[in-house]
Amino acid sequence: MATIKLDNIRKSFGKTDVIHGVSVDIEDGEFIVIVGPSGCGKSTLLRMVAGLETVTGGEVQIDGRRVNEVEPMDRDIAMVFQNYALYPHMSVEQNMAYGLKIAGTPKPEIAERVAEAARMLRLEDYLKRKPRELSGGQRQRVAMGRAIVRKPKVFLFDEPLSNLDAKLRVQMRLEIKELQARLGITALYVTHDQVEAMTLADRMIVMKDGRADQIGVPLEVYSNPRTEFVAGFIGSPATNFLDAARVPGAPSGAARIGVRPEHARLVAAGEGRLQGELGFAEALGAETLIHMKLAGSEAPFTIRQDGALPAPGAGLPCGIDWEPGSEMPFGPDGARLD
Amino acid sequence: MEKRVTFKGWILPLILLLPQVIVSAVFFFYPAGQAIYQSLYIPDPFGLSMQWVGLGNFEYLLGDPYYRASFATTAVFSGLVTVVSMGMALYLAVLADRLIKGSGTYRTLLIWPYAVAPAVAGVLWLFMFNTRVGVVSWYLGVLGYDWNHVLNETEAMGLVVVASSWGRISYNFLFFLAGLQAIPKSVIEAAAIDGARFWTRFRTIVFPLLSPTTFFLLVVNIVYAFFETFGVIHTITSGGPQQATTILVYKVFSDGFVGQDLGSSAAQSVILLVVVGILTVVQFKFIERRVHY
Ligand SMILES: Nc1ncnc2c1ncn2[C@@H]1O[C@H](COP(=O)(O)OP(=O)(O)OP(=O)(O)O)[C@@H](O)[C@H]1O
Ligand SMILES: [Mg+2]
Repeated sequence: MATIKLDNIRKSFGKTDVIHGVSVDIEDGEFIVIVGPSGCGKSTLLRMVAGLETVTGGEVQIDGRRVNEVEPMDRDIAMVFQNYALYPHMSVEQNMAYGLKIAGTPKPEIAERVAEAARMLRLEDYLKRKPRELSGGQRQRVAMGRAIVRKPKVFLFDEPLSNLDAKLRVQMRLEIKELQARLGITALYVTHDQVEAMTLADRMIVMKDGRADQIGVPLEVYSNPRTEFVAGFIGSPATNFLDAARVPGAPSGAARIGVRPEHARLVAAGEGRLQGELGFAEALGAETLIHMKLAGSEAPFTIRQDGALPAPGAGLPCGIDWEPGSEMPFGPDGARLD
Repeated sequence: MEKRVTFKGWILPLILLLPQVIVSAVFFFYPAGQAIYQSLYIPDPFGLSMQWVGLGNFEYLLGDPYYRASFATTAVFSGLVTVVSMGMALYLAVLADRLIKGSGTYRTLLIWPYAVAPAVAGVLWLFMFNTRVGVVSWYLGVLGYDWNHVLNETEAMGLVVVASSWGRISYNFLFFLAGLQAIPKSVIEAAAIDGARFWTRFRTIVFPLLSPTTFFLLVVNIVYAFFETFGVIHTITSGGPQQATTILVYKVFSDGFVGQDLGSSAAQSVILLVVVGILTVVQFKFIERRVHY
C-alpha cells in the first residue's frame, strides 16, 4: 500500500518526445486507470513507474520517496503484462513462488501464500501445470497470482485483458476490481478500452499524445469533459460534434459544440435547433440509437432514446433539440469553454 | 490433408535421391566398409599381403596404454575446447544481447573467425606462439615467462585448445545470441520486477530457457573437437610433445599413415565411428524433445 506521485514526468526516446509532462497524485489504495488511444504513451508512463524505462524529466515518487534511479526490484511493485510474461519452464506454482523465493521468504510461508492466491484465483487444480498447458484466461490468472502473492505496494497492469474474449474480459474485469478492493493495494491500470476504464477506475487519466488531457472520477469525466478529445473518446456511442456556426444560440467564441446522444431528442420537423433526416435506427432493447443525417452536413448525428419510445421510420424529415445546459462548447484549441 | 508429397512412380524419387545416395555411398559407406574390413586384418607395410586376425587389432588397442592415454587426452582436449568455446561465446552473446548501438558491427566482427579454416587458424596461432619468432611468446619472454609449447606438454595442450576454440566461438556465439533474442523481453522484465538481479535472472530464467541451444551446441562442439580439430593439431604440434596432444583422430592418422600400421588405424576408425554414432543418436533424441521445457 502506497501513494504515488508523478511530478511533471517527461520521456524522450532519442529525439522523439513521447511524454510531455504528466502530473498526478495517487492516494493509497486508489485504482487509477490510464486510458487513451494507441500510441499515446500509456505503456511508457506505466513502465516509468515500474522502473523499466528511464525517466527523462520530472520525478516519480512512491510513498514520498523519489524512485527515478531505483531499480525495478527495489520498488516493491508487481506488474501484469499484456502477454502475461509467465516463466515458460516453471509450473504455475513455481511461477507464483518465484518472487517470494528470491526475497528469501521462509518455505512454509511461500506455500501458504501461493495456496491462498491459488484459492482466490481458482487455480488449485493447475498448480503443477506449465503455462503452455493453460488456457488464455488461466494464464491471465497466474499472472495475477504472481502479482498478488508478493503483497506489493503497487500493482501495475498493462492491458492485462486485451488477449481475452469479450465474455472473459467482463468477468476478469470484475475479479480484478474485487481483488484490488479486497487487498487495498494501490493500482495503476492501462487500457485503451474506455468501458474498462469507466468500470474499473476510482479515477482515470485520459491521455492524448503524451499529455494527460483530464484526470478525474469516471462519471465526472464523462459528464464534464474538459477537452473535445475527452468528450469524443469517453462514452459510447460517441459525442456528436457540430460546427458552432451552424448551431443557433451557440455561445460566442465556440468553434464546436458537443452534444451527448442521450441529451438530444427528436422533435417535429421545423422545430428544435437543427433539422435533419432520419437514418436507420438500432433498437437495442433498453434503448434505441437513431442515426440522423443533418441538413447540409456530412457529419452523422446519433440520438439515444428510451427503447420504449417509438422509433420513426427512415427518410422522414425531423427536428433535433436539446437543453442548452447540456451542450458542451469547445474553443478552436479543443478546450472546454464553460 | 496430406502434407507430404506423394509420388506415383518410383523413377522420379529415385532420381531425386540419387545424388545424396551417391555422396553417402562414395564418401561414407565405402570408406566405412573398408575401415571395418581392414580392421580385421594386419597388412604388411608394403600392402602386398593381408593376414586375418579377427578382433585382434581391437584386443591389442584396448590393452595398449598409449591408446588409452589418447582416449584420456581426447577427453581432456574436447572437454576444454567445448567449455572454452561455449563459455566465451555465451559471455560475448550476453554482452551483445544487451548492446543496442553498434551491435551489427560487433556481431559481424565476431563472426569472422568462423570463416578461417582450422589449418589456417592453426598456422596463425603457431606464428603468434612460435618459440623463436612468435609475437606472443616474445612478450611472454619479456614478462619473464619462457614459453615453449614444443617441449612443455601443458603449454602444447593449452595452445591447441585455444587455437581450436577460437574459430568455434563465432559459431557458438551466433546460436547463443539467437537463443537469447528468442527469450521474450517481458519475461526478463517480469523477473526483474519479481526482484531478480542480473545474475539471478541469468541463473534461473535465461540459462534454463537457453538449455535447448546449450545442449545442441554441447553435442556439436564435442563432435567438432573429436574430428575437425585435426588440422589445428597437425599444424601446431603434430600430436606432440610425446603424445601430449595426440587425440584419437590424430592417432588414426599417425599410426596409419606415419606408423604404417593400417590394421590398427582401421580399428581405431571403427571405434571412432561407434563413438560419433552414439553422440549423433543422443543429439537426435534430444532435438526431438528440445522444444519442450
Ligand atoms: N523503445 C522505444 N523507442 C522509441 N520509441 C518508442 C519506444 N517505445 C515506445 N515508443 C513510442 O512512444 C509512443 C508511445 O508508446 P506506448 O507504447 O507508450 O503507447 P501506448 O499508449 O501504450 O500504445 P498501445 O495502446 O498501442 O499499447 C509511441 O509513439 C511509440 O512509437
Ligand atoms: Mg501499450
